[in-house]
Amino acid sequence: MPQSELINLSRRNFLKAGVVSGTGLTLGIYFGSSLAEELTSGPGHASAELANQAQLEPNAFVRIGTDNSVTIIAKHIEFGQGTHTGLPTIVAEELDAAWDQIKVESAPADASRYNNLHWGPYQGTGGSSAIANSYEQLRNAGATARAMLINAAAKLWEVSPESILIQQGVVLHKESNRSLKFGELAELASKEKIPEKVTLKSPNDYVYIGKQAARTDTASKSNGTAIFTQDIQFPDMLTAVVAHPPRFGAKLKSFDATNAKKVAGVKDIFAIPSGVAVLAKNFWSAKKARDALEIQWDESNSFTKSSQDILNEYKTLAKKPGATAYSNGSVDEAFKQANETISASYEFPFLAHATMEPMNCVIQLNNDSCELWYGSQTQSGDQFAVAQTLGLAPEKVKINTLFAGGSFGRRANPTGDYVVEAANIAKASKLSTPIKLVWTREDDTLAGYYRPLNYHELKAAVDATGTITAWQHRIVGQSILTGTAFEEMLVKDGIDSTSVEGAANLPYSIPNMHVDLHSPTLPVPIQWWRSVGHTHTALSTEVFLDEIAHKVGKDPVELRRELLKKHPRHLGVLNLAAEKANWGSSLGKNRGRGIAVHKSFNSYVAEVAEVTVNENRTFSVDKVTIAVDCGIAINPDVIRAQMEGGMGYGLCATLSSAITLKDGYVEQSNFNGYQVLRMNQMPEVEVHIVESNENPTGVGEPGTPPIAPAVINAIAAVTGKFHHTMPLPNKLA
Amino acid sequence: MVSLNINNKDISFEVDEDTPLLWAIRDEAHLTGTKYGCGLALCGACTIYLDNQPIRSCITPVAAAVGKKITTIEGLESKESQAIQQAWKKLDVPQCGYCQSGQIMSATALLKNNKSPNDNDIDAFMSGNICRCVTYVRIRAAIKEAAKNLV
Ligand code: FES
Ligand code: FES
Repeated sequence: MPQSELINLSRRNFLKAGVVSGTGLTLGIYFGSSLAEELTSGPGHASAELANQAQLEPNAFVRIGTDNSVTIIAKHIEFGQGTHTGLPTIVAEELDAAWDQIKVESAPADASRYNNLHWGPYQGTGGSSAIANSYEQLRNAGATARAMLINAAAKLWEVSPESILIQQGVVLHKESNRSLKFGELAELASKEKIPEKVTLKSPNDYVYIGKQAARTDTASKSNGTAIFTQDIQFPDMLTAVVAHPPRFGAKLKSFDATNAKKVAGVKDIFAIPSGVAVLAKNFWSAKKARDALEIQWDESNSFTKSSQDILNEYKTLAKKPGATAYSNGSVDEAFKQANETISASYEFPFLAHATMEPMNCVIQLNNDSCELWYGSQTQSGDQFAVAQTLGLAPEKVKINTLFAGGSFGRRANPTGDYVVEAANIAKASKLSTPIKLVWTREDDTLAGYYRPLNYHELKAAVDATGTITAWQHRIVGQSILTGTAFEEMLVKDGIDSTSVEGAANLPYSIPNMHVDLHSPTLPVPIQWWRSVGHTHTALSTEVFLDEIAHKVGKDPVELRRELLKKHPRHLGVLNLAAEKANWGSSLGKNRGRGIAVHKSFNSYVAEVAEVTVNENRTFSVDKVTIAVDCGIAINPDVIRAQMEGGMGYGLCATLSSAITLKDGYVEQSNFNGYQVLRMNQMPEVEVHIVESNENPTGVGEPGTPPIAPAVINAIAAVTGKFHHTMPLPNKLA
Repeated sequence: MVSLNINNKDISFEVDEDTPLLWAIRDEAHLTGTKYGCGLALCGACTIYLDNQPIRSCITPVAAAVGKKITTIEGLESKESQAIQQAWKKLDVPQCGYCQSGQIMSATALLKNNKSPNDNDIDAFMSGNICRCVTYVRIRAAIKEAAKNLV
């Protein structure tokens, strides 16, 4: 079995061959009944240590086995963004391991060892921080293991540690021509003292960082053996599906399960706080029984507004000033003096994350603890929420983090919504057998936790020379962070920093600026969506700047260069993208380019979109050139992949996606209504990475924000018209 | 009792005849490489072959597969599938990976029908397979890479 199958679970040999086998591959994974017991020992836990005394485990992140394996314990979930390649790249670099001896294992939920260093005592993945917060930590982890191997070899060979080298997983003493593999030294090295200080490599000596290391998860994700939550199976496991209320705020009144209980395979049906749960021996029985339920909902307190109502209210709100997010100079004075005033407004719908794998979770209750298997993104928050639900201490909630089929922010739910639902089902069932909660695509799309609907108004003053003298930006949208664990840290004086990020810190040199914010509350649950506030602020600011350039007759790249003189890294990506995209050269009839540059999660990205506008006003995005500066490029191909995917995710929202409410009902429930980007809409993509020795910064999200403004600006370059409502229409105005 | 032939093996299980093939494959045959994404033939994650033709198993009842040859990602063995999987590896196509079984089933079927597909052929054949991580540029490139290696 390829090692990557095991990476999310446990190093113990608990996976059994599937019940059907065919072409030489192991087909299907079926867990034996002793699994729960075996899994109670996570990496670093006492029983695991007993079973593996001979291995070298110098810290919480590296384990070197006598079988010559180097296991990296990943504290960040792998949901496509490449952590299970990027994190090991850093360790392998300082350890000088061979890439093919690397294995990856998900860390258990334990914030005392595996917290996100950017988030305090909290374990979780988000804000494009996985590599950024791990870089020093994992360099040290690798270097520590390396030092212990060297010290052990020095003693064994009776030579000085300085005379020993490590290359590609082999410890060498050149003078005496002696060498040992890591595995051969693991036991000896485990007896060495853990060094207090280690020397880190100079970036000039890097052999992995900045080079190409193959993803550790490609093989298992190309032959069907990678295990996701949906794939977890225990012999006596039950599947749960839940009938959820039809509108936000609706409650269960009563239900009749007479017909539902007749469905073969149904075990139990009961009410839980979030709806009516059906337990059955498999998914299809559970789903059929759910369809047969007769449920009365109490919708008296439900939210009954439509998206258009919300937008109208936001427009009214925008007539009044909001809470000040940033202010500099005197905007009012500048508008009085203005030669010309330019204004525009922008409208953004709710967006669903629509991860490829809908939300799901496997849970098993034990006497005084519980265990979960799923793609946990915020282990600490989920641990706490489940503990509260079940009346347990958080450390009694054991989480096995699996691969997740995408997240884009969704799985870091501030309330742990679907995880808590699983806990409530287990609790109400009174069963100690494992239960797999499965959401259908419809459950997933209708559940809320959307990117908020937003409305922006911008106004600029321009003097007689065409210079921008004032910039006023008003944002109206729900606060994502209010009421979450991050409120205290990131909401100040009525300003949710994620509502105004990218707008309140606009890099352009404009003497008078004012940014303010209205944060109305709505019962529609909302959440961070890949790049969060930048999903709307990059669009409004970067399109508006082009609208100004258009009005004053300046080239959009030239105008940005003038305004970014104090921001070399913005300029760097701007110039690189423009150069690589042949900015300024003609593309021919009906074709045009648009550019946008935006910093998010401490990374700088510029994107140039090339579009064709057809005679019938349909259009296509043909090519996107991306320049990114994310500090030192740990794994360039993963960065390229994240730029392609992040851009594509933003392009999807530009061209296709919207969640709309009608009388409080969400109008989209599956991919027929909630349109997403498909292959035939995918442009050619070119990615250029700025060379840098700065500390690494995020790549999962920063590719997303610039694409919408780049496309809108490109269309305007052809048609002269800027679009203000997302998503763009199929036929341009 | 329904009897099916999956990856050249006969297997019987107790399910209703209207059960979609997808759930019989996953929950009864325990072959979990084939994924659920939408249940309405909109995303392609559940793509398998029925008598060597790609179909969406989420809307195909088991009754329609009785007496036919079912192939899932676990049962791929053609030279086209091997070329596709090698190209996937070479270009590190997958991100989250959840859509990739379906992508590989579709891409292999494409190569069986068309030895050297161009971008338009690829887009036309593959647009029923959604990838929310948007790995489309690499899928395109990997299909061409596989086609090249098959000549
Ligand atoms: S699950 Fe069958 S096409 Fe989506
Ligand atoms: S790789 Fe994630 S959905 Fe395709």
